[in-house]
Amino acid sequence: MKSVTNVIICGTGGQGILLASEVLCAAALHSGYDVKKSEVHGMSQRGGSVSSHVRFGEKIYSPLVEKGCADLILAMEKMESLRWSSYLAPHGKLVACDLAITPMTVNTGHAEYPDVNAIIERENLPVTLIPAVEIAGELGNLRVVNVVLIGAVSSHLPIDEDHWKKAIEERVPPKALEVNLEAFRKGRELFGN
Amino acid sequence: MRKKLNTIEEGTILLSGNEAVARGAWEYGVHFASAYPGTPSTEILETIAEEYDEIDAQWAPNEKVGLEVIAGASFAGARVLSAMKHVGLNVAADPLFTLSYIGATGGIVIISADDPGMHSSQNEQDNRLIGKAAKVVILEPSDSQEAKDMVGEGLRISEDFDTPVLLRLTTRICHSKSMVKLGPRKEESVKGYVGDIKKRVPIPAHARAMHSRVEKRLKDISAWGSEYSLNRIEKGDTSLGIITSGISYQYVKEVSPEASVLKIGISNPLPWNLIEKFINMVDRVVFVEENDPYLEENIKARFLIQADGKNIVPIEGELNPEIVRKAVHPGTSREIAFSEIELPARPPALCAGCPHRGAFYCLSKLGGSSTGDIGCYTLGLMPPHNALETTVCMGASIGVLAGIEKAVGREGMGKLVAAIGESTFVHSGITGLIDMVYNGNTGTVMIMDNSLTAMTGGQENPTTGKNLRGEPAPVLDLEKLVTACGVKHIRVVDPHDLPEMEKILKEEMNRDELSVIITKRPCIMAYRPIRKGVAEVDPDKCISCKLCMKLGCPAISWDGEKPEISRHLCWPDCDLCMQVCPVDAISKDMGGLT
Repeated sequence: MKSVTNVIICGTGGQGILLASEVLCAAALHSGYDVKKSEVHGMSQRGGSVSSHVRFGEKIYSPLVEKGCADLILAMEKMESLRWSSYLAPHGKLVACDLAITPMTVNTGHAEYPDVNAIIERENLPVTLIPAVEIAGELGNLRVVNVVLIGAVSSHLPIDEDHWKKAIEERVPPKALEVNLEAFRKGRELFGN
Repeated sequence: MRKKLNTIEEGTILLSGNEAVARGAWEYGVHFASAYPGTPSTEILETIAEEYDEIDAQWAPNEKVGLEVIAGASFAGARVLSAMKHVGLNVAADPLFTLSYIGATGGIVIISADDPGMHSSQNEQDNRLIGKAAKVVILEPSDSQEAKDMVGEGLRISEDFDTPVLLRLTTRICHSKSMVKLGPRKEESVKGYVGDIKKRVPIPAHARAMHSRVEKRLKDISAWGSEYSLNRIEKGDTSLGIITSGISYQYVKEVSPEASVLKIGISNPLPWNLIEKFINMVDRVVFVEENDPYLEENIKARFLIQADGKNIVPIEGELNPEIVRKAVHPGTSREIAFSEIELPARPPALCAGCPHRGAFYCLSKLGGSSTGDIGCYTLGLMPPHNALETTVCMGASIGVLAGIEKAVGREGMGKLVAAIGESTFVHSGITGLIDMVYNGNTGTVMIMDNSLTAMTGGQENPTTGKNLRGEPAPVLDLEKLVTACGVKHIRVVDPHDLPEMEKILKEEMNRDELSVIITKRPCIMAYRPIRKGVAEVDPDKCISCKLCMKLGCPAISWDGEKPEISRHLCWPDCDLCMQVCPVDAISKDMGGLT
């Protein structure tokens, strides 16, 4: 295994990117890695683009992932998955929620929402689209979309299942724990390979 | 329930730079902290209030007051901390420059959180330059562990050398998380207040002696700092020597693990002896620092050396590993397997349910616009409102409006009003309003009172009735305050009552005297919605007139023919789209209570 794993989690403000990256960090910590993560708060909330860089391994210096080095990009929104494409490593994977949230620039007619599937094909991007909203809906809680997605990427990262579960247990209120663990299991089962 | 952090005295955890500063304040015996919120510094005081009961922490109305109250507490022998964003230090510069002469009784650490890249700021000023001008010590951490440690080092330096200490963070330090080793709190006693006019009253006769002490202090700390571990040489391959500080150090270690590095932890006064040693040790010197060439200019001027710096490292924006790699090792960049894709921007927008939306919608509808200020409502500049035309600094909306009127008269001012939030008004807008009254201006000031300091994530302020710890506090009465300033025409309106909002704006914009409109409705972050219904469009009734799209509500999107309202984003207590729809095609259950 190479010494550092680079992950970018992205999407739009209010999608639970913070929780997803916190769970990833905790799971990496439980696995005994050095961990750094970086994100920017402030103006970027209010529905703007949000991203979180997480790096873990034996020893981490930069909290930011370098272009061309991301092993995994996890996108909570379809179009946002494309925004970080140049950060993806040649062997990297891109997993995205099959959900479109139109930005204000599109709503006001200043831009058009792109044909994401056509771009994925054109650029030959290694994208897996996941119907995480539907899966969360079937579980009866739309708030667990992000955890479905974490489950979906969990087996692609060098972190044991138990460490993931422990990380979720630590970060989710007790009342919502069962549905979150179920969401994790579903994501992992359906898209684990 | 999660244990509070003040119950955990050992172990290693992941903390942001801001959380680490709060932890440092606790471990190193800070008694008192005061700040005004400002991204990226806000979480420092929030964390202190949430986790560390032993520290008395409070929000100040602005950064100047924040610094003044901690100065007073230091005079009385308490260990103190104040935190602010970089532009906040401009507001606090007046006390800072003289506090530098006065020095510290209890240790003083002032956090300046700079924002290279302007993630959430109006400029990219490098406050190492302010710290140097104020002749105070500047410390620059490069990760969370150092951020914690440097609070302790800073307090000690402050007390040992009788100086305020500026802890200069940047966004990437404040908001990055890394491992921090925890320790217990070392309780310090508050020494008690003892008057000392020669130390604390800088009349010229005293101030001249103070200045001498300041110059001596800088020389002493420079010599001491050359031997102290906060500044260090990491000897590697001596063909390349990189001088760096702060987050840039991490990027250097990432891309140049073999190079020799001089890591500067004390950026003012610089450790001249150590720098000289490093320069003599390596064949080629390169400066890697974010924003201004602070290290480069000072060190080049002192030693008259040839070295690369801002000729290869950008002065604008944030650095990152690929920028540093390109500058220091050109031609070695990583393989980019997938090209960048051009996409529509996703700028921030006023939230669904935001009270400001009603005010900007009406202003825009009337063909008006505003001189703006610093807060969420700066977003009034965005389409479809296009209703904000200037922003300078906290409070400037009012002075700028007054000046436009002075230059071109009421007629030339057209339909401009000043738009300022209540927290910003209390911070430094009120003096602008006093100026308008005093100097005979006639414009309209719109105080957008959402009862929360919202842009920074939702903090209490003197108008909200709560303090930093969420305890009840006296409410500053804006109407009475504005009345006391001498404003005769004051209107209070719910900005979501669109007909009333529009009527009042129209009346006050047409008035030949100074007026204040207080738009009063709470921020959606300040309360839980009292209703539960969300708006729905009846496609059979909808005539596709797009009036609802003029609200710029993020919950409403256009599917090509009709509007669609997101159940996920719609704010139950808001009915603006229903108000503007001319054919009642939008409905929601406004009666149902949660």
